Amino acid sequence: MAITPAPMTSALKAGKLHRFTPLYIILGTLAVSVAVFAMLGAVNIAGILIVTAVLFVLVYWLLSLFVEGSRKAKDRLMTSLVVIAFLIALVPLISVAITTIGNGAARFDIDFFTMSMRNIVGEGGGALHAIVGTLLITLATSIISVPIGILTAIYLVEYGRGKLAKWITFLVDVMTGIPSIVAGLFAYALLVLFFGEGVRLGIGGAMALSVLMIPVIVRSTEEMLKLVPNELREASYALGVPKYLTILKVVLPTSLAGIVTGVMLSVARVIGETAPLLIIAGFTQSMNYNLFDGRMMALPTFVYNSYAQQGTDAQAYIDRAWTGALALILIVMALNLIARLIANIFSPKLGR
Amino acid sequence: MTTTTQPPAAPVQPVDPGQPKPLATPAKVVQRPGDRIFSGSTLTAGILILTTLAAVAIFLVAQSLPAFVADESEIKGDATNFFSYVWPLVFGTVWAAFIALIIAVPLAIMVALFITHYAPRRLAQSLGYVIDLLAAVPSVVYGLWGIGVLAPAVQPVYSWLVENMGWFPLFAGPVSGTGRTILTVGIVLAVMILPIITSLSREIFLQTPKLHEEAALALGATRWEMITIAVLPFGRPGIVSASMLGLGRALGETMAVAMVLSPSLIISLVLLQSQNPTTIAANIALNFPEAHGVGVNILIASGLILFVITFVVNFISRAIVDRRKAFSGAN
Repeated sequence: MAITPAPMTSALKAGKLHRFTPLYIILGTLAVSVAVFAMLGAVNIAGILIVTAVLFVLVYWLLSLFVEGSRKAKDRLMTSLVVIAFLIALVPLISVAITTIGNGAARFDIDFFTMSMRNIVGEGGGALHAIVGTLLITLATSIISVPIGILTAIYLVEYGRGKLAKWITFLVDVMTGIPSIVAGLFAYALLVLFFGEGVRLGIGGAMALSVLMIPVIVRSTEEMLKLVPNELREASYALGVPKYLTILKVVLPTSLAGIVTGVMLSVARVIGETAPLLIIAGFTQSMNYNLFDGRMMALPTFVYNSYAQQGTDAQAYIDRAWTGALALILIVMALNLIARLIANIFSPKLGR
Repeated sequence: MTTTTQPPAAPVQPVDPGQPKPLATPAKVVQRPGDRIFSGSTLTAGILILTTLAAVAIFLVAQSLPAFVADESEIKGDATNFFSYVWPLVFGTVWAAFIALIIAVPLAIMVALFITHYAPRRLAQSLGYVIDLLAAVPSVVYGLWGIGVLAPAVQPVYSWLVENMGWFPLFAGPVSGTGRTILTVGIVLAVMILPIITSLSREIFLQTPKLHEEAALALGATRWEMITIAVLPFGRPGIVSASMLGLGRALGETMAVAMVLSPSLIISLVLLQSQNPTTIAANIALNFPEAHGVGVNILIASGLILFVITFVVNFISRAIVDRRKAFSGAN
């Protein structure tokens, strides 16, 4: 009577890779690719990472194929590909952040925020004229778009029935897809009727940006108004409150945080728009506080112009372009962050 | 069309003074001035959008009419009429957007799958925010990045491709010395449309019925098999419409193309040479500041064509979304 010795591994774990196996493979393949690159005498971080990734996927897949069979191996292969896809998507984000901060820090000084480019050739100078222009144009855009956007959303959610509401919904969808440069052309085509050929006005930029901003506000406000429970409205009607007061005193306060968030996100979207301003607001090197008179620079067009029209001292212009880009990214990120904070802190807790 | 919605008018019955009022009789609806003003102003705002869009269409058409009859001498380059001028631009626009889509869609689907089905549950939302940050970077910054970082970085790869795979028609030489080719533009555009495709696909993958997923797992499917059986078939219309929306974005994107590409008015599918077809939007951005006379009208007319192309693409994607809504019963 032969007694077979008990198997050393548990039946549940047999035929499976250990949970730390991927980690070991990563370390191994990393070591191999570093060694290969060192032998070739080239230190190239991107190259090392790419070789490591390819080797890892191959080794991991083959190992799993021999130990666990083809189905499990395919699963593991796709898992590693999905993770790598995510890492690839992070590369441009990190690269943009590093280069913008690295190149933009050089001129991120007091001068940049207190001087315009008037009479400046080569080094020095700043973007005050562009910052003022961005503030004025964005302010005018918001003054035009926020009331129209919110009122339209209220119409669609609270009043709109029938054909007209359907048409407005459809056209808001169409507006969402208008390319930004076409919005700029529209503002030009409108203003050229009044001011003649070659018109360049700050207010034109605001009109073009409004075309881009209104649909975003309508969409986000609509979503927020739809979240307000109908019971609140009905309770208000039951107390005899007229419809407009119900909307003003019950519906809007309930959804206020969401609406403000949507507005901030839409501002963040249009503040970085370059193409429409390039068409209708033009370029200038001087301060201009008047939206209705003459060319007006904005930060995005400042960045583009500094890069495209490099003067005698090219490096100074490129530095200013990167600093402008850094300032622009900081503004957009700040707006996004504030919007998310408002949404998280003040939003009514409605499931989801 | 009335400006307010009222409850359906009920017949007002004569009421005996002595009898208690029957409960079913509604009180007469009082039209307060506040109601009229408020509903009127919301309606005005809605109609303003209608008129704005009508104005966009009318002014663009009016300004572009002179272009269609423009003389040969007034058109830049060696095109003989407006359409032979704009055709290479249309081709370049579609081609660049197509390259971007080819790169972005598989990547976006994988990233969305990672966030919804692979990442640890607690991290998933923050990872979603991180990808959304890509959408927050202004296009002009992507332009700077494309020239300053991406083009020099990919140029050696392009040289290698031309040397070793030049037999493949798309990679035909001579290679561009700067890396500022249509493929680089495609990569930049792909980065720009990645967040929108990812976030829409993410929403759709999250809507997959949990029971379908659990049923697949219960039958012994691995995670990837569960995704191919349950998640992807459910999300296919959503992925298609998200890709179309991304395509619409890529078609209209201006600054990144205008800054990165070294343009010329040609039709060519080759990816890595220094002669590249340019796009409508980039062509407008580069030429508008110095344009005058009929030149302005020609650029506006090309903008009108871009508007029509993006409108068609967006319209198709909306139609797909709406058809899906009608079937799914999710709403």
